[in-house]
Amino acid sequence: METKSVMIVGVGGQGSLLASRLLGHVLLAKGYDVKVSEVHGMSQRGGSVVTYVKYGDEVYSPVVEKGEADFIISFEQLEAARWTGYLKKGGTIITSTQKLDPMPVITGAATYPDDIFNKFRDMGVDVIPVNALQLAEEAGSPKASNVVLMGVLSTKLGIEDEVWQTAIEECVPAKFLELNKKAFELGKECY
Amino acid sequence: MKKLMLGNEAFARGLYEAGCKVVSSYPGTPSTEITEEVAKYEEIYAEWAPNEKVAMEVAIGASIAGARSFCGMKHVGLNVAADPLYTAAYTGVNGGLVIAVADDPGMHSSQNEQDSRHHAAASKVLMLEPSDSQEVKDFVKEGFRLSEEYDTPVIVRMSTRVAHSQSSVELCDRENDNLKDYEKNPQKYVMMPAFARGRHVFVEERTKKLIQEAEASILNKVEMNDGQIGVITSGIAYQYAKEALGESVSYLKLGIVNPLPSYIIRSFCKRFETVYVIEELDDIIETQCKKLGCEVIGKELFGYIGELSQSIIREKIKGISQDIAEYPETVPVRPPVMCAGCPHRGVFYNLSKNKITVSGDIGCYTLGAAQPLCAMDTTICMGASISGLHGFNKARPEKEKSSVAVIGDSTFMHSGITGLVNVAYNATNSTVIILDNSITGMTGHQQNPTTGYNLKGDVAAKVDLEALVRAVGINRVKVVDPYNLKETEKVILEELEAEEPSVIISRRPCALLKYVKHNPPLKTNDKCKGCKACLKLGCPAISMKGGKACIDHTQCVGCGICQELCKFDAIETSKK
Repeated sequence: METKSVMIVGVGGQGSLLASRLLGHVLLAKGYDVKVSEVHGMSQRGGSVVTYVKYGDEVYSPVVEKGEADFIISFEQLEAARWTGYLKKGGTIITSTQKLDPMPVITGAATYPDDIFNKFRDMGVDVIPVNALQLAEEAGSPKASNVVLMGVLSTKLGIEDEVWQTAIEECVPAKFLELNKKAFELGKECY
Repeated sequence: MKKLMLGNEAFARGLYEAGCKVVSSYPGTPSTEITEEVAKYEEIYAEWAPNEKVAMEVAIGASIAGARSFCGMKHVGLNVAADPLYTAAYTGVNGGLVIAVADDPGMHSSQNEQDSRHHAAASKVLMLEPSDSQEVKDFVKEGFRLSEEYDTPVIVRMSTRVAHSQSSVELCDRENDNLKDYEKNPQKYVMMPAFARGRHVFVEERTKKLIQEAEASILNKVEMNDGQIGVITSGIAYQYAKEALGESVSYLKLGIVNPLPSYIIRSFCKRFETVYVIEELDDIIETQCKKLGCEVIGKELFGYIGELSQSIIREKIKGISQDIAEYPETVPVRPPVMCAGCPHRGVFYNLSKNKITVSGDIGCYTLGAAQPLCAMDTTICMGASISGLHGFNKARPEKEKSSVAVIGDSTFMHSGITGLVNVAYNATNSTVIILDNSITGMTGHQQNPTTGYNLKGDVAAKVDLEALVRAVGINRVKVVDPYNLKETEKVILEELEAEEPSVIISRRPCALLKYVKHNPPLKTNDKCKGCKACLKLGCPAISMKGGKACIDHTQCVGCGICQELCKFDAIETSKK
C-alpha cells in the first residue's frame, strides 16, 4: 500500500499530541508501519503547531510536506488556511470552526481572514467544518475537541470502531475515559 | 511485542535493556524525554543535575565505579559538558558510558544550529547516529558494548525528527546489570600531565582500532540497487533520501559517524558514476570523502542551513517538484507567546513600560522579546544574562540605572550563580531579576534544585534563593509577586536606583502547573471604551471584537493583571 499522510494542525495547547498518538495507536493495531512526528518545546507556547501521522507498508520520512497530505485535521480555522498547501490533490480538510486570534491580530498588525470556508470551496478543496468546541463542551470539556475531530476522521478511514475504542482506552487517563468516548461518538455522529 | 515509541522513549528503553544503572541529565529540547522516560524504570537511578557539566561528571563517576551510565543533553548542552567529555575521552570507561546529544536542525527550540559531530571528532570519541526509534534502541545497546570493548565514551547523536517521531520498536528484556569491579588505577583515571601523556597515546591507538571497527560494523550498511547513482547518508537524512529516491539509487548508510571508515567509502564511491552525500548541517561526511580523493556532490546542492526533507532531495537530485495549491490570501503568522496567566508577563510589562534595557536568558521568558512587549535586548546562552549585563555595565556605567538581567530559576541554578558571584565580586550596580516560577518551564515542567522535588517526584533539598544570593555578597534582595503590577514596578525602579548590586526575585508558580488553582475566567462589560490598554499585556486570551476588548473564556485563568490596568472597571469576574 502507498503511504498515506495525515496532518494534525492547531494552536499549542489544544491537544494535537493526544490526537496524533491516538491515531498512531489505531494504525499500528491495524498492522501498518506507522510514523508519528510531534512538536515539543518553544512552539507549544500558543504558537502554530503541526504533527504528522504517516502509515503504509513501509514509511521512511516522518515528515509530511507540501502537496502530500491525504487529510488535514485542524483545531482552528486560520490554521486550516495556513497549512492548505500541504494538502494532496483530492485530499480532505476536517476543521473545527473555532477561531483564535494570533498575536499579530491581537496587536492590530494583521487581520483575521474572513470567509475561510467559502474560499476553500472556491479552491475546490473538500472541507468538512465541525463545531468541535461545542460538541466537546457537550461531552464535558472544551479540551476534548481533539477527540471529537478524531471521531469525524474515523468515518473517513474505514477502520472498525472497536479498534478506535481500544486505542482511546490505551491513550486516555481512566478518569477522562467516558468524557472522551462521548466526544468521539459526537464527532462520529455529526457528519 | 511491538510498541509505537518516540525516539527518546526508545532511547530510554535501550538504556533499560542494556542494564544501565545510573543516569544524570539536564533537560533541553529535543533530548528531555529520554531522562523522563528512564525515570519510570525502577531498576535505574535517574536524576536531573543542575547543568550538563555536572550531569556528565556524575555519569563519568558512575562509569568509573563500574556501572553502565548515561547522561543526556541538547546540542548546546554538550558545549557546557565539553570540559569533562574531552578528558573522559582520555580516561576511558569502566562500566560503559553512553551520552545522548540531540541536535536541532531547523532550530525548532534552540538558539543556534550547531552540528555536534564536531565534538565527537574533536574529543576523539565514538559517535553513533540512528535514524528511527528501533535503531535508537539497538544503537544504544551496541553503544554500551562498544564503549566497554574499546574503553571509550560513546555519543549517540539524535536530531529533532528522530527524537520526536514515534515508530514501532520490538521490546526485549533487561540484560545483566551487575557492577564491574572497581580497582584504583591512577595512570588511567588521574589526568595529571605525566599520566595524561600516556593516555593520549592510548587515544590515538584507539582511534585506529575504531576505524577498523567502523569498516566492519553492522551499523554501517550498503544497500545495492540498479543504476549509476550512489548516496552516502546517515541519521534522519537517510529516511528522507529513501522516501525521495527509493530504489532508484544505492545507499551507504553510516551508523557510525565518528570515526568515519575509509575503505568502505572509497569502494562505494568507485562503483558509481555519481555519488551524492546527503547530510544535515555541516559537511563532515563530504569532507572525509574528498580527503579520501572521492568525487562527491553535497553541500553545493543542499547547503548548510536548516533541515533537509524528501522534497528538497527530490527537487535537487531529480528536478521534480510537487503540485501545490496554497490558500489564496496571506495568513497572519502565529508565533509562540507567553501563556494566559504566565507570571513572567507582569515583569515584562513593567520593563517594557519603563523602556529598560534587558539582558535576557534561555527559557519561556525569552518570549518577552516578542510583540507587543519587546522587552529584551540580548539572549546568548544559558546564564549569559547576568554576566553579560555586568560587562555591558562596565562598558556603560551610566546604564546601570536603566538595565536589568532576567533569568529563570532553573537557568539561575544552571549557570547564573557564577555570573552573580562576579557581579558582587567585581562590583557593578547591576540589577538582576530571578523569574522564579518554581519549575523548569520551557522544556515541559522538570524539577530543579529550587523546587523542593527531584526527578522521581520525591521531596528533596530545596535551594533557599534569598540566602544563596546574600551568601555571594548581594545585600539587597527583594521578593515580589508579578501579578501585583504596581508593586513589581515600584520595586524594579527602587532597585535600579540603588547604589549597589541587587536581586529581585519575582515569585509565582507557572500557570500551567497542575497544583496551581486558578480563579474563574474574567469577562469584559459594557464599560469598555476600547482603549486597548489591556492589549499591551500581550495576553493571548484578550482580543478586540467590534471595537471592544473580549476575553476568551477557554484560555483565561483569571490572573487579574488586565483588571489592574483597566481604568474603566470594564473587566469583571464571570461566574462559572
